[in-house]
Amino acid sequence: MTLQSAASSAEPSPPRQIATPAEPPAGNLLDVEGVRKEFPGVVALDNVQFHLKRGTVHALMGENGAGKSTLMKIIAGIYTPDSGSFRLRGKEMRLSSPLEAQNSGIAMIHQELNLMNPMTVAENIWIRREPRSRIGLVDHGRMRRMTQDLFTRLNIDINPDSRVGDLTVANRQMVEIAKAVSFNSDVLIMDEPTSALTEREVDHLFRIIRGLKASGKGIIYITHKMNELFQIADEVSVFRDGKFIATKSSKDVTRDGIIQMMVGREITQMFPKETVPIGEVVLSVRNLTLNGVFKDVSFDVRAGEILGIAGLVGSGRSNIAETVFGVTPASSGTIAINGKPIKVTSAAVAMRAGMALLTEDRKETGCFLLLDIQDNIQMAVLQNKYARAGFVQQAGLSRDSIAMSRSLRVKTPTMQEPIMNLSGGNQQKVLIGRWLLTKPRILILDEPTRGIDVGAKAEIHRLISKLAGEGVAVIMISSEMPEVLGMSDRIMVVHEGRVTGFLGRAEADQVKIMDLASR
Amino acid sequence: MSAPAADLSTADGGIKTTRRWPQEISILLVLFGIIAVFEVLGWYYWGESFIGNKQRISIIILQVAVIGIIAVGVTQVIITAGVDLSSGSLVGVIAMVAASLAQSSTNARAVYPALTDLSPIVPILAGLGAGLIAGAINGTIIAVTKIPPFIATLGMYVSARGLAKWYTNGQPAALLNDDFTWFGQSFIVYGFPIPRPVLIFLAVAVIFHIMLTYTRYGKFTYAIGANPQAARVSGINIGAHLVKVYMVAGLLSGLAGVLTAARAASGQPGMGVGYELDAIAAAVIGGTSLGGGVGRITGTVIGTIILGVVTSGFTFLRINPYDQEIVKGIIIVTAVSVDQYRQRRRKKV
Repeated sequence: MTLQSAASSAEPSPPRQIATPAEPPAGNLLDVEGVRKEFPGVVALDNVQFHLKRGTVHALMGENGAGKSTLMKIIAGIYTPDSGSFRLRGKEMRLSSPLEAQNSGIAMIHQELNLMNPMTVAENIWIRREPRSRIGLVDHGRMRRMTQDLFTRLNIDINPDSRVGDLTVANRQMVEIAKAVSFNSDVLIMDEPTSALTEREVDHLFRIIRGLKASGKGIIYITHKMNELFQIADEVSVFRDGKFIATKSSKDVTRDGIIQMMVGREITQMFPKETVPIGEVVLSVRNLTLNGVFKDVSFDVRAGEILGIAGLVGSGRSNIAETVFGVTPASSGTIAINGKPIKVTSAAVAMRAGMALLTEDRKETGCFLLLDIQDNIQMAVLQNKYARAGFVQQAGLSRDSIAMSRSLRVKTPTMQEPIMNLSGGNQQKVLIGRWLLTKPRILILDEPTRGIDVGAKAEIHRLISKLAGEGVAVIMISSEMPEVLGMSDRIMVVHEGRVTGFLGRAEADQVKIMDLASR
Repeated sequence: MSAPAADLSTADGGIKTTRRWPQEISILLVLFGIIAVFEVLGWYYWGESFIGNKQRISIIILQVAVIGIIAVGVTQVIITAGVDLSSGSLVGVIAMVAASLAQSSTNARAVYPALTDLSPIVPILAGLGAGLIAGAINGTIIAVTKIPPFIATLGMYVSARGLAKWYTNGQPAALLNDDFTWFGQSFIVYGFPIPRPVLIFLAVAVIFHIMLTYTRYGKFTYAIGANPQAARVSGINIGAHLVKVYMVAGLLSGLAGVLTAARAASGQPGMGVGYELDAIAAAVIGGTSLGGGVGRITGTVIGTIILGVVTSGFTFLRINPYDQEIVKGIIIVTAVSVDQYRQRRRKKV
C-alpha cells in the first residue's frame, strides 16, 4: 500500500528519506549522500543517496538510464561526483581514479569483462602484483599456489595455468570475482553478473556471493532480474531518472511494488501517432531461432502497423532485428514476406525483399564517418538501383538524395559535408534517408531516437507515423517506454531471448511491459 | 530587410551538391617545391638545370610508370583498409612467364623451344591472367579465412618470389621478340622520347580514377574501408568485393610485370624487388590513409611522381645511392606521420 502511494505521487515529491534501521550509519561500509553528477546537457544523478552495510548484498534496480551505472562508476572511482559526500568505512574521501578505489578496497566487476585473454588465469589475477623471486624474476610457482589458495577459499575449480581466452564466460566471471577478492576489497560491485550465465552457473555464483557475505564483505549487485533480487539480495535501492526513490529490505517488497517504483512516471511527451488503416500481413516470422541468443520468436507485422519491441538491453531485441534482416542469418525458423517464404541469408537478400534496418549503433554500424552525406545516404540504394553497367547515375541519385534530405530536414548547406560534422539527430536523419531511398515495405528501426535531442525526436516520430500511413510495415525497437507506448499499435516484449508476451495499444502500460520484460 | 530573409531561405531548405577543392592541391605544391629545390641546387653546385634535361625527364617518367601502375592497384586495396605486399614478387614471376612466351626462335636456349616467335598477345594475356589468378588467391584467402591482408599477401610475396626462381631454375629468359619489346620502348614526339609504359600508366590511372569515383565498384570500395559493419548492413557482400579488389591489384601487378619484361627485353627472377613498398609509399604520400576509406588515384599519381623525382634528383646531385635510400625512408615515414596528424585533426572536428 505505502509503495503504491509513493510511486503514484512520484512527480513532484522529493526523494523520501528512508529511516535507517538499527545500526548507526557510521557502521556502514559505504555511505553516499547528496551526490550529483552532470554531463553536458543531462543530469545523470540528482541528490542521490546510498548506504551499504557489512555482510549484505545490496541490489540496485531501475530502468535503462535510471542512473545505476553512473552511481556505480562514481563508487568505483571512474567518475568524480560534482557534489555530495562519500564515506568509506565512515571516513570521508574523494576518489579520483579506479586505481585509488581499488587500493581503498572497492573492486568493480564489469559487465564486459576486462581480462587479458592470451594470458593465464594466474597472470591475470596477479598482474602488477606478481610475486618475485630473490633475483627479481616472476615466481610462477608461488603465483600458482597463491591462485590455488584463493580458488579453494572461494570454492572455484579452475586451473590457474589455463589461458583466460579458453575459459567459458562463466569461468571468466569467476576469475574476475577472484581477482576482485584478491585485493582484499570490502566493497564488490557486480554489474549484471548473471547476464551470460546458465542456471547452474548462476547457482555457483550465488554460493560464492553468500560466502563473501559471510566473510563480512559488502556487495553491490546491479540486476534487471526480479527473481534474483529475492534469491540473493538483502536490501534493494530503486532509482529512476537519476533520482533516488527508495531503499527497502528485500523481505518487505513485492515484485509489483518494485516495478511501480521503477516506472512510476506519467507519459508527458505527446506522440504524433495517427490511426491508420491496417492492411494485410506483410512480414511473418515463425519460430525464428539464433542458437545461444534467442529462441522460437514468432510474430506478424501488417501493412500500416507499428510493432513495438520492448525489452531490456541484452534481451535479444536487436539480435532478432539483425536476424530478420539477414545480418546474422537464423539457425532455424522461417521468414515469409507477403505469404512467400524466403531464405534471408544476407542483408542484400532482405533488401531485395523490401526490408530496411536502421541499426542501433549509429557510429558502429550506421555511419561511414569518413565519407560525406551524399555517400552516406546513397550507399544502400546503390545495391539495387541508380547504376547502369556498374556506373553510378549520380545526377539522378544526387537529385533524389537532396530531395530526401530536404524532406527529412537535414540541416546542412551541402551534401558534400562530412557526416561526422553533423549532430546526432541529423546523422540519424541521413541514415533514415539511406533506407527510405530504397522504398522499403518493411522498415525495422532499432532505437531510432537514441541520443538525439527532443526536436529531432519529434520529427522522427512524425516521420514514422507518416510512413505507417503510407502502408509501410514498421518494427520499432526502443528502450524508452514512453516511445514504445506512444508509437506502437502492438508491443512485443522480449526477455532473455524469448518472446514473453504481446500487448495491444489499448491495454499496454509501463507496469505490464516491465512485468513481461523481467519475467 | 531583404538580405537576412534571403540568407534564411538558403539556410533552411537549400541543400546543394557542391564540388570540393581537390585535396591533391597541397601535395602537388609539395611536388613543385621539391622540383624547385633540385633546380636551385643543380645550378648552385653543378651549373646545370634539373628539369631542362629531356633525357632525365624521360627516365623519371619511365621509372614512375611501372611503380605507378602497381600503386594504382594498391591504392584501392589500401582504401578497403587492406594492403598488398605481393606486387613486387608478382612482377618478378610474371616477367618470367611473359618473357618465356615471348622468346625469339634465334634463341638456342629458349625456355619453351616449341613456343617461340609467338604473337605478343600470348605473353601479354598469360601475364595478365597470372596476375588475376594470384590476386584471386590473395582475395579469397583474405575473404574466407579472415586473416589480415598483411599476412595473406606476405605469404604470396614469399611464394611468388620463389616461383619466379623455380620457373627457370634462376636463369633469365632473354632474346625476346621485337613485337613484344615494342611495348616497353619509347617513341619520339618532337625530339622528346615518350616511353609507351607511361602512356599505359596514364590510361590505367584515368580508368581507375573513373572506376573509384563514378562506379558502384568504387563506392563500395570506400564504404568497406570506411566502416565494414555499416557496409555489411547496407547489403554489400564484403567478401566478394574484396576478392574483386585484390584481383584488380593482381591484374595491375601482372601488367607491371609484362611491361618490365618488355622494357628490359628479358625476364629475370629478381625483377620487381621492393616495388611493393615503393607503390605503398606512393599511395600514402599521395594521401591514401592506411586506416581505409580515404584515398584518390590523382594523389597516388602525384605521390609516384614525387618518389621518381626524388630518386632522380638525388642521382642528379651526385648523392650516392646509399644516402638516397636513407632519405627515401625518411620521406616515407614523414608522409605517414603527416597522414596520421591529418586524421587526428579531422577526428577532433
